[in-house]
Amino acid sequence: MNNFNYLRASDVQDAISQSAREADVKYLAGGTNLIDLMKYNLTRADILVDINRISDHREITELPDGGLRLGAFVKNAATAWNHLVEEHYPLLSKAILAGASAQIRNMATNGGNLLQRTRCYYFYDANVPCNKREPGSGCSAITGYQRIMAILGTTEHCIAVFPSDMCVALAALDAVVQVEGPQGMRSIHFADFHRLPGDTPHIDNNLKPGEIITGIDLPAKGFSKNYSYLKLRDRNSYAFALVSVATGLELDGETITDARIALGGVAHKPWRVAAAEDFLKGKTASGENFRQAAEIIVQGAVGYEHNAFKIELAKRAIVRNCMMALHPESQLPGAQPSA
Amino acid sequence: MTTDYPDMQAETVENFTPQKVTLTVNQKPVELEVLPWVSLLDGLRDYAGLTGTKKGCDHGQCGACTVLCDGERILSCLTLAVMNDGSEITTIEGIAQEGELHPLQKAFIEHDAFQCGYCTPGQICSAIGMLNEGKAKSREEVKELMSGNLCRCGANTNIIDAIMEVKNQLAHE
Ligand SMILES: Cc1cc2nc3c(=O)[nH]c(=O)nc-3n(C[C@H](O)[C@H](O)[C@H](O)COP(=O)(O)OP(=O)(O)OC[C@H]3O[C@@H](n4cnc5c(N)ncnc54)[C@H](O)[C@@H]3O)c2cc1C
Ligand code: SF4
Ligand code: FES
Ligand code: FES
Repeated sequence: MNNFNYLRASDVQDAISQSAREADVKYLAGGTNLIDLMKYNLTRADILVDINRISDHREITELPDGGLRLGAFVKNAATAWNHLVEEHYPLLSKAILAGASAQIRNMATNGGNLLQRTRCYYFYDANVPCNKREPGSGCSAITGYQRIMAILGTTEHCIAVFPSDMCVALAALDAVVQVEGPQGMRSIHFADFHRLPGDTPHIDNNLKPGEIITGIDLPAKGFSKNYSYLKLRDRNSYAFALVSVATGLELDGETITDARIALGGVAHKPWRVAAAEDFLKGKTASGENFRQAAEIIVQGAVGYEHNAFKIELAKRAIVRNCMMALHPESQLPGAQPSA
Repeated sequence: MTTDYPDMQAETVENFTPQKVTLTVNQKPVELEVLPWVSLLDGLRDYAGLTGTKKGCDHGQCGACTVLCDGERILSCLTLAVMNDGSEITTIEGIAQEGELHPLQKAFIEHDAFQCGYCTPGQICSAIGMLNEGKAKSREEVKELMSGNLCRCGANTNIIDAIMEVKNQLAHE
């Protein structure tokens, strides 16, 4: 870890003004990703601005239109166990609780979760080329071991996946990210927050320099009756997803009136395909229809030597998870497959 | 601008002043003078002399460094000592009361819930945090909510047995 100075921001404006200094300034929230990366010397900073003592944005509050605002500095665990989230957005609770470990969820913040970096093995190995770590150096994963890598939206510049679980649910729920920066406040629709790698894989998202995430808004529709989060991984818990699926269904009897399906572990951002969700509207909630939706979702997927299995795995996970969404009461702890 | 460290200005980026961190560790006040990059784990072990908390991976992947911070279980390797100024920390050294072992310590001994013992302080602090949270009902849920503590000796089944026993005792109180 390089040597750095440490400052505490008293409020968001204070933090933003610190970030304008002539130095490499980074915001420090839970630290669970930033400190880890700094210990490996994969990230550095001259100044860490601790945003944990800012008194605003530490609550979960109801919005006038029936939605919910998640303060950016609320911890992941507190969000997952919040009674409003559990009652109206159980899909989000499930996804958060499928991520990391209880200790990490007690430290990690909602803002920080959106900004965690990839777990690509080569990104973590400073001795090998990686376009995300060092633009223009090349991608070691494409010719390396790709088990955990992406199958959708990749380019020859980067095939890494974005590892968050929470964000898969936020994508399915059509969340909106609230941001404050040197130029003022703005809102970013969740679908526009993270980026595909393109030829600039070093840029994970559309946050501008100095901007702080202050909150995440959830629209009123929470899919609290029929929802499921399924996470498939090499170890049953405390491991990143190979494939994960967040499903929210709205049903009228057997007929689907609205559907949301987002995938994790397969792309540089949570993956949603509007055409698949439109296809399901008005159809019966059946394995056959979910299978067809799954085909639409993974259209264009490209597998590499070691991760081609993810294409079929993703399809089956989508079908299984949509079926699980019909019976949320029978789901198992830790986003495991259930009948 | 107001920070708790008014002596630190942009011009002094090269000047690294140790900072005073006041903690309550195991109910006793502890003052550390640490540079900003010292983790809470190193602060406890190397500065406060409390070596009960273990460093397994130093990267958030094993849970050996688990302590309680204001009653909640956290990983002391992924937080800086300076971030925790003013916090109340409980480590494995602080859980026995008046010479009497904590019920989890007793249960770990009874159930043979360790071999080398390296993961044990983290397991026990984590289990205390988990029981405080009150979310786990079944054995399956306990396993899931204890998954952040790895035991490389393979004492896991006995660890869960020990925790279940204490959990059931609490339920009967
Ligand atoms: C061993 C391990 C396993 C994990 N497993 C999983 C998993 O299975 N699933 C999963 O989803 N996650 C997992 N995680 C990742 C974890 O969820 C993230 O590290 C965490 O959410 C990051 O939040 P933080 O508050 O600690 O962020 P920090 O580490 O403090 O910050 C991360 C980045 O965000 C910036 N930042 C933070 N907050 C803000 C803000 N409000 N505005 C602007 N910038 C900000 C920081 O400058 C930094 O660049 C795991 C982590 C570890 C260590
Ligand atoms: S996949 Fe992306 S993160 Fe991994 S080595 Fe290639 S460029 Fe780097
Ligand atoms: S030493 Fe902190 S998690 Fe391993
Ligand atoms: S007893 Fe050896 S690691 Fe758990």
